Amino acid sequence: MNDPHAKEGMSLIVKTVTRWLKGFLLLYGAYIVLYGHLTPGGGFAGGVIVACAFILVFLACGAGIGHRTLGRLAASELDSAGALIFTAVGALGIALGGVFFRNFIRTPPEAHFRLLSSGVIPVCNIAIGLKVGTSLFMVLAILSAVHVAVKGGRRRMVRRREDKS
Amino acid sequence: MTILAALLFLMLVGAIIAVETTNLLSAVISVGAVGFLLSIAFLFLGAPDIAITQLVVEILCLVILIRATISRDLTAVSGEREFFGMVVGVALVVLVALAGIAAFEQFPPFGEPVMARFPDDAPSATYLAEGLDRTGAANIVTAVILDFRAYDTLGEATVLFCAILGALALMRRRARRQRDGDETEEGDAA
Repeated sequence: MNDPHAKEGMSLIVKTVTRWLKGFLLLYGAYIVLYGHLTPGGGFAGGVIVACAFILVFLACGAGIGHRTLGRLAASELDSAGALIFTAVGALGIALGGVFFRNFIRTPPEAHFRLLSSGVIPVCNIAIGLKVGTSLFMVLAILSAVHVAVKGGRRRMVRRREDKS
Repeated sequence: MTILAALLFLMLVGAIIAVETTNLLSAVISVGAVGFLLSIAFLFLGAPDIAITQLVVEILCLVILIRATISRDLTAVSGEREFFGMVVGVALVVLVALAGIAAFEQFPPFGEPVMARFPDDAPSATYLAEGLDRTGAANIVTAVILDFRAYDTLGEATVLFCAILGALALMRRRARRQRDGDETEEGDAA
């Protein structure tokens, strides 16, 4: 209860509902990402849902707890990891199959419609999900840290004072 | 077809409200309504992938726009509209509408894809016939964007990555302060 961020954010009701909902939101986002090659969805849509889960925490509990849940450094590292995995899959396509982004893991016909099928596509989906989720979370983190104000007759971007990062 | 026409009409109404209202919050909510109606339209057109993406991106955009900018920034719309700008705008709209009418006359009728007319020559016929065997992905949309056209997806991912990189570089604070310090030091050295 001595948490300095406890008074930030919205009311107790919103925080409690957020605590219940965030797990389900993350689970749904992960499902959309992982089953992207079987059902509608995929890396982009699932990544946006994951980002929505983090943004819900960010908005309901305030920027302090939001940054502790997913810090800006961790977010940019995950973002870069997603980009690296996606490019690495493309480069491995050259190394193992001879063509950029070659699907170098063949899927036998009996494996169709299973979760473990279609070679590198699930890996790409996970990489894009990581990338999109963390990128879009950072959009909100960046935009909520600065705002436009009039200083000396001109409009300028200034940082909000409570953001100490 | 009737549902699509109704959705289109509501989208037009929402877009006109978004342009005409002077309250920025109402404008953002109207744009959001247009996006949600577009998502329903995608669902009726048989594109659940795009419908899901449109829906979640629309939610995210609304949240970001309302929470991160409107409640904090200067949002007052002031000043009269310029006459010249309005005339140019209306002229461009008329021009684009005429070009659109001319283009839509060349289109196949609604609900009849080009593929149905030339079943053997259409490029998408190959994807539909051989997509499952060649990639193993049951969802043909994912098979196209991550296997046949993965290079495009890499480009999209790069755009997003560069946008975030630029925003982070512009909004950082520590480096700018260090550079200010460096400048004074350089000034002393010179």
